[in-house]
Amino acid sequence: MEFFRIKKDIPFMSYGKLTTTISLVTFLLAVFFLATRGLNFGVDFTGGTVIEVHYAQPSDTNRVREELAGIGLADALVQHFGTTHDVLIQVPLKHNKMGANLSEQVLAALRANAEVELRRVEFVGPQVGKDLVEDGAMALLLVSLGIVGYLWLRFEWKFGLAAIIANLHDVVIILGCFAFFQWEFSLSVLAAVLAVLGYSVNESVVVFDRIRENFRKMRKTEVAEIIDNAITRTMSRTIITHGSTQLMVLAMLLLGGETLHFFAMALTIGIMFSIYSSVLVASPLLIMFGVCREDFIKPEKAESEEVLP
Amino acid sequence: MNRYPLWKNLLILVVLVTGFIYTLPNFYGESPAVQIMPLRSHLKADTQLLATVEQTLRNAQLAPEVISLDANSIKVRFSDTDSQLKAKDVLHAQLGEDYVVALNLLSRSPAWLTEMNALPMYLGLDLRGGVHFLMQVDMKAALDKALESSSGDIRSTLREARIPYSGVNRDGDVLFVKFRDADSRSKGEAELKLRFGGLQFDSKDAGRDYLLQAKLKQQEQLRIQDSALQQNLVTLRNRVNELGVAEPVIQQQGVDRVVVQLPGVQDTARAKDILGRTATLEVRLVDDDRQIGASGAAPFGTEIFKERDGTSVVVKKSVILTGERINDAQPGFDSRNNEPAVHINLDAVGARKFKEATRENVGKRMAIILFEKGRGEVVTAPVIREEIGGGRVQISGQMDTTEAQNIALLLRAGALAAPMEIIEERTVGPSLGADNIQRGFDSTKIGFIMVAVFMIAYYLMFGTISVLALGANLLLLIALLSMLQATLTLPGMAGIALTLGMAIDANVLINERIREELRNGVPPQMAISTGYENAFATIIDSNITTLIAGVALFMFGSGPVKGFAVVLCLGILTSMFSGVMVSRALVNLIYGRKTRLNKVAIG
Repeated sequence: MEFFRIKKDIPFMSYGKLTTTISLVTFLLAVFFLATRGLNFGVDFTGGTVIEVHYAQPSDTNRVREELAGIGLADALVQHFGTTHDVLIQVPLKHNKMGANLSEQVLAALRANAEVELRRVEFVGPQVGKDLVEDGAMALLLVSLGIVGYLWLRFEWKFGLAAIIANLHDVVIILGCFAFFQWEFSLSVLAAVLAVLGYSVNESVVVFDRIRENFRKMRKTEVAEIIDNAITRTMSRTIITHGSTQLMVLAMLLLGGETLHFFAMALTIGIMFSIYSSVLVASPLLIMFGVCREDFIKPEKAESEEVLP
Repeated sequence: MNRYPLWKNLLILVVLVTGFIYTLPNFYGESPAVQIMPLRSHLKADTQLLATVEQTLRNAQLAPEVISLDANSIKVRFSDTDSQLKAKDVLHAQLGEDYVVALNLLSRSPAWLTEMNALPMYLGLDLRGGVHFLMQVDMKAALDKALESSSGDIRSTLREARIPYSGVNRDGDVLFVKFRDADSRSKGEAELKLRFGGLQFDSKDAGRDYLLQAKLKQQEQLRIQDSALQQNLVTLRNRVNELGVAEPVIQQQGVDRVVVQLPGVQDTARAKDILGRTATLEVRLVDDDRQIGASGAAPFGTEIFKERDGTSVVVKKSVILTGERINDAQPGFDSRNNEPAVHINLDAVGARKFKEATRENVGKRMAIILFEKGRGEVVTAPVIREEIGGGRVQISGQMDTTEAQNIALLLRAGALAAPMEIIEERTVGPSLGADNIQRGFDSTKIGFIMVAVFMIAYYLMFGTISVLALGANLLLLIALLSMLQATLTLPGMAGIALTLGMAIDANVLINERIREELRNGVPPQMAISTGYENAFATIIDSNITTLIAGVALFMFGSGPVKGFAVVLCLGILTSMFSGVMVSRALVNLIYGRKTRLNKVAIG
């Protein structure tokens, strides 16, 4: 079986204007939603309390709200979670004067009238949330710098820069989706975003490897054609690899339960856009930065310098 | 050209067999068990205790599956929860308060596996259920307290040295000592500098007052903060022991935080209550004149407490002073004979009371009693040799350096150095934990099957080889996680699934390269060889970028995210080995020997 038996190279670079416009528009949209709607930060970052309980009988959220109002938590967010047996209660930090003891009081109030099983409590104080935001930002910065540095060493600064711009573009789009749909942005989503950053750079690396190889082999060819050829010949691998990873992520998305749902969602968006961006963002950027044969081949000693096939 | 030397094949075989052995314990599941740990340092988990446990269980007609003795505990495994609970009750009744009898789960894997340290993966709290607390130590309070106690000491020092001064005030983190003239200030400064090594003194004039300004030195601040944290860790450890938790984790995190993890604990209210309680300390006189009555009842006006080695002490009911009067306790040495000793620093009120009590009771014994959970225990009961003034007390005699350290810690624990606050709590119920395991397992399984079906359909024989290599990757990853006993969390399980999805990349790269070579008319053997070689550099490159992300996540991630990062990093390493080496070995086995190879099944 073979899906991609492409005889002629697809002239990706000649669509440069169109693809750049598309990425620019999606990017700006993502930035727009991030700015207007903002991320729906989970309790990990904002601080507060989340309590998940399981009722033996189907429960009524209005009654739960009344019961909570009885202990002074009238503005707690109460919603069903998957089934009518499961209820998720969120109490923001500013209303939470009981601090770490809130969960006991809530449970006591709920248990007064029904059979309730505690599934999960998460209480995050304000100090912790702040630290997590800082650590997350540090991790993002470190990953970006690490990747640029590595690609710089391995290829050229133009490649490092093109790859990281393409991938940060993915990250912004993932965040934009989370802002648009107001999905909860938790610690595990952040982990997924960073994993996507590392993973989708793979994609650019594979294309770049081919571009470098082509610069050495195809001596008389135009830069744009060299890139077109590299993309076309790695396309099969790109689709198959991402398809396989996506199969795994899909299983997580459907079977992983609520905890893994948004984690898998972030990965899904990341995988989709990383295919697009590594091919149609990173490569036009390379041309824009003026990549040329001399970046790889020193005129005097051409053959002996080849480290890689 | 497509043959591996024997050593390479053997290496791969050894790695895979080792991987298989260390993966094995994960398949046996877990059985309910009881874990017995001594609470006191002089009690040991030894063969004698083992015999007692065996005898107790036999008397109760309980048949354990396995009884094992390790460094500091005895573990008894049962076939069902019923006998486990019964055993806990009878053992607790038999062994009393000096031992913790905790419920636990033990792997059912055979003894030979356990002996070679092959244990199942260590599940995080989100998978096994339990409570996670992050507690913040209020360091400002610790420093304030230290400064406050210094101000008392400065007063008494100046009084003793007969240097006139008009007051000592604290303003934030600075102490101001007021003098009436420059002369007494310089005398005072000289005297105080001699006595207070941890304080930084500066002269300052304000209006008509001659001020001496005292601050805690930077290194003294660090020492106070560190000792406050260490003391709180010890206190927490003692308290968690009371909870009877099998494998508690109590760790320092950063400079001022403590992580407490209690697997299996559901009663968070009780856990919080016990963690948040303050122990109290009392100093009382020992009544050596009176003996314990025949009935074991304490004589009138006294109480009986046990010392740490188990001997009973009759102690008067009236309290000389309580732990609140202790500012600090440090292990050290007796200046006269260099014996290990504990130096205690009392505050002004405590010092006065202590002076009176020691003056009147020279030659008698004095007991220092630690109360926790309403139960008192004599920490130490030294003889009073002389009147002790100035609030500086030294306890020495019959102790070694570790004991001096322990006593100092216990004394400090009586007066909690700094209050602690729970700033993060994560509780996962047992049912959710079990669900999480199931979900993680299901998604990995289904994902793996889908990828396998696709790969085999798309690349035929080479697809099959890729899937076998992917299976080897999973095996090695689980073996590595089991070996390292790294904590497996739900995001960690997601990490396993994700790395499997990503690991297939290596094989896709290789297979595509081989196809490409074949399409260019290269003979099969040659195509396989160059395909692997050409793909290798790309595989390294693309894995290293993911590794960079993994390492950054590990450095900055906390809790579950860290678990994900660990799996991601390990998964990349195992996938490089299995994707390149294992699959190549299989290809070599299948195709390498054929001299005339015209066609390979690569789809």
